Formats: sequence, C-alpha cells, structure tokens
Amino acid sequence: MRGTQPDDRRAAFDALVTAYWKPVFKYVRLKWHASAEDAADLTQGFFLKAYEKDFFSAFDASRARFRTYLRTCLDGFVANARKADARLKRGGGVTLIPIDFGEAERELQQQAIDRVDDFEAYFRREWLRSLFACAAGRLREACVARNREDRFAVFEQYDLAPDDRDRPTYAELARRLRLSQAEVTNELAAARREFRRLVLEALREQCGSDEEFEAESQALSG
Amino acid sequence: MISEPALDRLSAMFQGPDVTGTRYQLLSVLGRGGMGVVYLARDTVLDREVALKIVERPSEDANEARILARLEHPGIVPVHDFGELPDGRLFYAMKRVRGDRLDRWMASGRDLSERLGVFLRVCETVAFAHAHGVVHRDLKPENVMVGEFGEVLVLDWGVATTPSQSAASQRRIVGTTEYMAPEQARGEAVDHRADVFALGAMLESIAELAPVLAIARKARSDEPASRYQDVQSLAADVSRFLAGRAVEAHRERLVDRLARFGRRYRLPILLVLTYLVARILLLWLVHV
Repeated sequence: MRGTQPDDRRAAFDALVTAYWKPVFKYVRLKWHASAEDAADLTQGFFLKAYEKDFFSAFDASRARFRTYLRTCLDGFVANARKADARLKRGGGVTLIPIDFGEAERELQQQAIDRVDDFEAYFRREWLRSLFACAAGRLREACVARNREDRFAVFEQYDLAPDDRDRPTYAELARRLRLSQAEVTNELAAARREFRRLVLEALREQCGSDEEFEAESQALSG
Repeated sequence: MISEPALDRLSAMFQGPDVTGTRYQLLSVLGRGGMGVVYLARDTVLDREVALKIVERPSEDANEARILARLEHPGIVPVHDFGELPDGRLFYAMKRVRGDRLDRWMASGRDLSERLGVFLRVCETVAFAHAHGVVHRDLKPENVMVGEFGEVLVLDWGVATTPSQSAASQRRIVGTTEYMAPEQARGEAVDHRADVFALGAMLESIAELAPVLAIARKARSDEPASRYQDVQSLAADVSRFLAGRAVEAHRERLVDRLARFGRRYRLPILLVLTYLVARILLLWLVHV
C-alpha cells in the first residue's frame, strides 16, 4: 500500500478507514455474531493493527480484489482475537478517523437483516453503500460551496429517495423547488455527472495503483 | 443512510450508460476493453448500426477518439461521432465492423499464405500509424478484425501513445503480457519498436516454419536495437519469404537453400527435367 511517504501513507490509510469502517463493523456484527460493543472494539483494533503492522502493504492486486483481501485479514484478526479471548482496547497512540459506531449500529437495526447467505456479496454491498454515501456527502458540500443547493436537492429527493413509492415526479419536484421541469432535469443530469465523478474520485483514493483502479471501476460498471 | 432502493438506483447509474437524449439506442455489448465497453447501437437518425464505445475516463477516451480521427486509413475504423452522455461519460461512434477476430479467423483453417497476407496488411496499418507518430502498444490477434470481404482492421487504440503525450502516460504499463516488449513491461517510455515486438509475437502464432520463426524471433528480441528497426523492414522480410526468397533473419543451410530454390522454380525445373527425360528416351529408342 499506497504511498511510501509517511504523510501519503497516512492519507491513503484514512481513505481506507473512511471507506471500510462501516462495512467492517456490520460484517463483524453479523458474521461473527459480535455485540455492538465488541464489534466496535474489534473494528478499532483491526484498523489500529493494520496501521501499525502495515497489513495492507502485502496486498497484491493481481491476486484478489482489495475488498476480499481486507475481509480475509479481518477474519484472521477476529479469529485470533477470539482465540486469545482478549478484548481489544481502543486508542494506543494513533488517532483514527472519528468513528460513530452508534450510527452504524442504528443503520444495522434499520436494515433488520435476519440472515446473510453470501458474506462476500454483503460486504461488497456495504462497501458500495459507504462509497456512495461518501460521494453524496462531497456532492452536498460542493453544491453548498457553489450556491447550487437546488442541484443537490433535486438529486437528494429524486435519486436518494429512500423508497420508490415516495419518489417524486419531475413535475412534483419542480413545484416543490420552484423550478421549471427543464431546470429539474438539467440539474439532475448535472448532479449525476458530478456524483459519478466524485464516486470515481473516492474510489481512486482507495486504490493503490492505476491497474487496481481500472479493475475496480470496471467492476463498478457491472 | 442510503436505503436499499436508493443503493440499487445509484448502482444502476454505473451499469448501463444513459443514452437518453442522444441519437443512439443500445442493442447489445460487443466487447469490453481495458478502457471501456463497446456496444452495438442503432444510430436512429441515419438508421444504421454502429459500434458505440463508452469509457469511464475522459482523458483516455479523448486520446483514442483523437488518434482515430487523425489516422485515416482503410485498416483503421473511422470515427463518426464523439460526445458526452447525460451521465458524464464520453462516447464515440465508430463504423460497425462485421467479421472475425484474427485469432478466431486463424482457427478456422486458413493456409499459410492467407495468414501471412493478413499479417502484412496489419503491418501496413501499423506502419502508417508509426509514420504519424502513433504507437499502438496493445497489438495482439484479438485486436485485429478480418472482415467479411477480406478487409483487415486494427482495433482498440485506447492505450496508444502520441509524441504529444506526457512522459508519464507514455510510461504507464498497459498492454497484454504475452505481446508486451520488455521495456514496456518495465514501465519505460516506449517507441515504435514496442509494436515491432508485438508483431513478432503475433507472427509466431501465425506460422511455425523455421524462416518465419526466425523473423518472429528477430522482431521480438529483448533489446529494441536488435529488432527490425521499423515495421516496413519486418514486412519486407515476410514478403521475401512469401516470394520464395531468402529472408534476412534466417541463415540457410545448403539443403534449405536447394529446397527453397526447388519450390521457387518448380515449373521451370519440371520442364527441364521433362525435356531431359524425353531426350534420353528418344536416344535410347534410336539406339535400340
């Protein structure tokens, strides 16, 4: 991994933690049947150890996707932690990105998952959710900074609508936001364009090489 | 949190391209390359089928479209149209080529002179590109199309380089290992001799005769200075082989030279032999 200078390494590591902490927390909760508190400790402990031991530098993009590699490392880490019957402590001199485990736990409760049959697919979907959430957050910031709140509002109410049944029509959106219908579709097209760019930008930050990024962006395109 | 339906909606944004508002209607996927996906599409204005290439990274896309637009040659697929989709991806429409990829075409039992004839057409196209400063960097049988009417087209110029590109992008490791020159695999800047190497690798898969293999081996020497210095010299050696003449890359034994002489002058030799046999028979009959 992912930058050889200390600052580069830290920035690359932060990008990975931002992208993966929620999928890791939820995965540990479901796959390892950990309590919320244990899953939070294991997630913190995993990333701390990964940083200290430079776990991710051994990743070889020609052999597996980074997601698969990370999940394998995580399974090994949790299995060892369980074997040692030691609860991992937070902290340890390295300040990770602030992690709100309460939020992740609330999401998990909201998802109300009874059973997971395919943990690989589950982990990928959670990673994708995290990636899209990161890009949507950046889109919001960019729109606010440029006084284009309408653009984000159109995107949020149309593409991020939680339920298909509550999704407004273009005409409804136009009424709500006091725009013409053409303005709604133009703003939506522009927001989608920017969202796509921001997703690829966030993905690029997570990848250690051009080849890995190419493979990941192709996989994203199905 | 992004809900399940929203997650599906956003994922769909990355799957099929959104061609709303363009003149194209997507029909099927023709192929996936390193830089994007090529769709079979209908141009609804001109009512014809086209190959529509859609790529993720604008810089790379513009690169290929500009290169194709610059290289007007019968062996290079022309670009009809270029633009941006509503989702921000760039596209360009190319002539739809019907035919077989070279690897599949060769698998359908073609004789040696036919295969080498196609190889020489590939060489002509690549030499034309080199004359315009363009290095393909990913030549392989899968990137050559043999059309229904014998046309030969070199495809996928997505990773080609031009002299105007930055040194970093020229050094980027791209291509297919089997056909990649050592300097390209090491991530060094490459010149047209990297394509000579790839053509040598292609030639090796085309024919197994000693003189052709010698040509292929010379073309794919590890050191660029030991290869043919341009595609024309490589093609000239293959043409010499086809014409039954000695090739530069292969030192012949006497027996090989005689065999080649025999093959090249088969008819005159047969005529002379027939004449001599007839004379001997005549003399013998006269003396009996």
